[in-house]
Amino acid sequence: MKKLRLIAGVLALGLAVAACGGAKVEDDSAAAPSASAAGSAPASAGGTVKMAINGWVGYEASAAVVSYLLEHELGYKVEKVTLAEEPSWQGMESGDVDVIIENWRHPDLKKKYIEEKQVAVEAGSTGNKGVIGWYVPEWMVQKYPDITDYKNLNKYADLFKTSESDGKGQMLDGDPSFVTNDEALVKNLKLDYKVVYAGSEAALIKAAKQATDQKKPLLMYFYEPQWLFNQVKLVKVNLPAYTEGCDSDPKKVACDYPPYDLDKIVSKKFADTGGKAFELVKAFQWTNDDQNAVADDITNNGMTPEDAAKKWVEANPTKWQAWMPK
Amino acid sequence: MVSAPVQVAPPVEAPARARRLPRWVAPVAGVVAVVVLYVAFRGKAVLPHDDDATLFHWLNDARDWVDANRNSSPIFLYVVNYIRLGAAGVYEAIQAGLVALGWPGLLGLAAGLGWLAGGWRIALVSFAGFAGVGVLGFWEASVETLALTLSSVVLSLLFGIPLGIWAGRSPRVRRIVTPVLDVMQIMPTFSYLSPMVLLFLIGPASATIATMIYAMPPAIRITAMAIQRVSGVAVEASESLGATGWQTLGKVRLPLALNTIMLGVNQTIAAALSMVPLTALIAAPGLGEDLLRALARVNVGAALVPGVAIVLIAIVLDRMTRAAAQRREGGTRARAVRWGGFAVLTAAGLALLPVLAQDFPEQWEVQIVRPINDVVDWIEAHWYTFTGFLNDVVAYGLLNPLQDVLTNAPWWLVTAAVLVFAWRVSGAAAGLVATACLLCVAGLQLWEHAMETLTMVLVASVITIAAGLALGVAAARSRWFAAGLRPLLDAAQTMPSFSYLLPAVALFGNGRFTAITASFIYAVPVVARLVEDGLRAVPGTVMEAARSAGSTDRQLLWKVQLPMARGSLLLAANQGIVMTLAMVVIGALVGAGALGYDVVAGFAQQEDYGKGLAAGVALVLLGVMLDRITQGANGRRSPHKKRNA
Repeated sequence: MKKLRLIAGVLALGLAVAACGGAKVEDDSAAAPSASAAGSAPASAGGTVKMAINGWVGYEASAAVVSYLLEHELGYKVEKVTLAEEPSWQGMESGDVDVIIENWRHPDLKKKYIEEKQVAVEAGSTGNKGVIGWYVPEWMVQKYPDITDYKNLNKYADLFKTSESDGKGQMLDGDPSFVTNDEALVKNLKLDYKVVYAGSEAALIKAAKQATDQKKPLLMYFYEPQWLFNQVKLVKVNLPAYTEGCDSDPKKVACDYPPYDLDKIVSKKFADTGGKAFELVKAFQWTNDDQNAVADDITNNGMTPEDAAKKWVEANPTKWQAWMPK
Repeated sequence: MVSAPVQVAPPVEAPARARRLPRWVAPVAGVVAVVVLYVAFRGKAVLPHDDDATLFHWLNDARDWVDANRNSSPIFLYVVNYIRLGAAGVYEAIQAGLVALGWPGLLGLAAGLGWLAGGWRIALVSFAGFAGVGVLGFWEASVETLALTLSSVVLSLLFGIPLGIWAGRSPRVRRIVTPVLDVMQIMPTFSYLSPMVLLFLIGPASATIATMIYAMPPAIRITAMAIQRVSGVAVEASESLGATGWQTLGKVRLPLALNTIMLGVNQTIAAALSMVPLTALIAAPGLGEDLLRALARVNVGAALVPGVAIVLIAIVLDRMTRAAAQRREGGTRARAVRWGGFAVLTAAGLALLPVLAQDFPEQWEVQIVRPINDVVDWIEAHWYTFTGFLNDVVAYGLLNPLQDVLTNAPWWLVTAAVLVFAWRVSGAAAGLVATACLLCVAGLQLWEHAMETLTMVLVASVITIAAGLALGVAAARSRWFAAGLRPLLDAAQTMPSFSYLLPAVALFGNGRFTAITASFIYAVPVVARLVEDGLRAVPGTVMEAARSAGSTDRQLLWKVQLPMARGSLLLAANQGIVMTLAMVVIGALVGAGALGYDVVAGFAQQEDYGKGLAAGVALVLLGVMLDRITQGANGRRSPHKKRNA
């Protein structure tokens, strides 16, 4: 009985404390320590930075280089959180993510998390230029020269049939969480195709390699920056040209993807209290070739992201020294 | 559902009675009727998929409301957010504790606890298991996974055991709780995630709560059973001596039920460990993250190794709790030895903490990723024509035609077929529940995708059950085969479900057949084990009698063993189907589409949230439907059986 009373007492006390104002999700107590709080590991003089890792290797390359500099030059500890794009934004609100190092526009999320909720802020361009589009292997263009016009795709739909495409042509997409309008495009451009998800970037790359080596027809969603373009020749299919605002309603899109100026997003808290770490993230800017070099090392040369980042950092001191906080 | 009745129709062996029609007439007539109706009404009253269904928009609006009011609505300010804070607190405390122990301390503690639970054997297993995790190079991630598992187990027990005690003492509570638990256990792990994210956002707190819900049913069930089984005599004796209700509970019921409750703890841990890796999708740290990353890179070796690490953790926790569940004799001296050993081992670990390096030493780690990948690359390069052929045979030969039938049949015909079939196999109640579930799926506007999922489940289950049956029969016949199979099955059962996706992806590329292959690997062990156990349970005297009557081995199997093991076989089928469903859904991560894809897209793309949430519910309904159709057969008193007896 004594124990019970004790428990009741503790509970009552807890409730009394709790009743003081309710809990909001961005309370510091809700989230694990962020950049402001000192980490427990001795190496992390600066604190901890939580870096979202999205599911394509180009992103990982940028993240690896920034993490490497944060850890080895500024003494921070970097926690990598593997997440899809949209959940990464949610992580800004829940306190699980401080930095998204490569963001592909997402105007809707910017509106929600930057303007309305004010839990995230923009931290400038990464310098990378992004392209999203539909691609076919080069040999197909040589054989069927007019295939690069979307209007002719229906003519060739039979070529792209697979066991998964319901008797239509297969349009191979990547991870379901990637930025894509393809289902709407197929519907609104009245194409006789079905969008099939390969599940990941690696699966897309595998398909592209097979399509080139074995001369198998393939129509797929792909993007730049991307190291694969140095190895395999792919040609972009021309969709109706992009005009400002033609993609504002995701269900009614009938135009090509916009040109992407990839940028960085950080949590409001990180921007306010991240100190030197935030300054480095904000100053980070490089080219598509830089990213491809690191991504290529990670994917094809058997290096861990850390090793690949180290190699790049050692080879390009002038570039990264310009990002360092003064 | 057209082809199913043919396969599962009851054996037509008993001689027809003169007074009534032969037993095969009704099922055949049913099948003929379904086929005729299908041909007549094909393509009419179908429910094609519509991404723009009002229900989905409505759910999106609900999500937006929650998002906008998370920090202002009193429900969130005073209830939901505190639950989140509480779960986060438990997780952080446990995680900080485990990290503070350091690797020598944790190894010491594990060995000590093993010693305490079951002597030197278990101590050795615990030590070797955890050390193995470090040798594989996944120490840090494993500690995170362990922390998540332990915090959700602690919470499951905190709520599960009192609920179980209550249910054990009150039949009324039991009647309410049981169906809820049934649903919780059938629910594919995937469908938990969307609602969790909505309420608790992403992160370890949310993951802890999701895992807790998944892991609680065994704690409640087994506690209730343990309390019920406490002998009435002991309780009566205690009450007649004037003990109050609480005293009887604390001094008589609980101590007597303790060993069984420990088994509940064991099951709870197993359930938690199977859920935890999946929560990486909502930003939970640990081994699940490594698995996800390996999946994104289609790197089989990198997925297998964390899978093995999880198996090691599972083995340690399983052996420890299992040993603790066994009643241990011995006086004060034995107890002193037990606690003394525990203290020495733990202290030894902690004492080494300042001496040894802080991170698990890298030179002890073994690299096995590359050799595994070399093997996979070789298979990929050399078996390509074969795997492609297999994929096409199953896709064009089984999946496409069946999917075509299910999606083109009028909805009322499918529903009626399910009603009649379930009624016949499992009785009226099961039939009505199954039908109601199917109608609700239609109401959720997800009919077409549900039929696609159902197609995969049916094909995968048939293959799985056939293989499981063959393996189980072989294991029941040969002790050597069984001894060789058992450790393999044990490991296969504890591997996290989505580490199976990868070998399947490597072999068959992306698509439905890959999901089917993965669910096959996932569910076959359980089916095989249940079949084996069922066959072994056939009494030796019966076998002897049959043998002395001159039965051949084949006759023995078909006429004696299999019919007598009917209950276990049905249970095996039931488990096989439910597990297949759970896995086929996860197959959406590698392009299997259908309801699973809707769920994945739901938590990855804002505008698909409503559809994803609805798909999660549809999956639960589908699971309940399949479960009712197969499980009812167990409880129903079969007329054939009576006649045979």
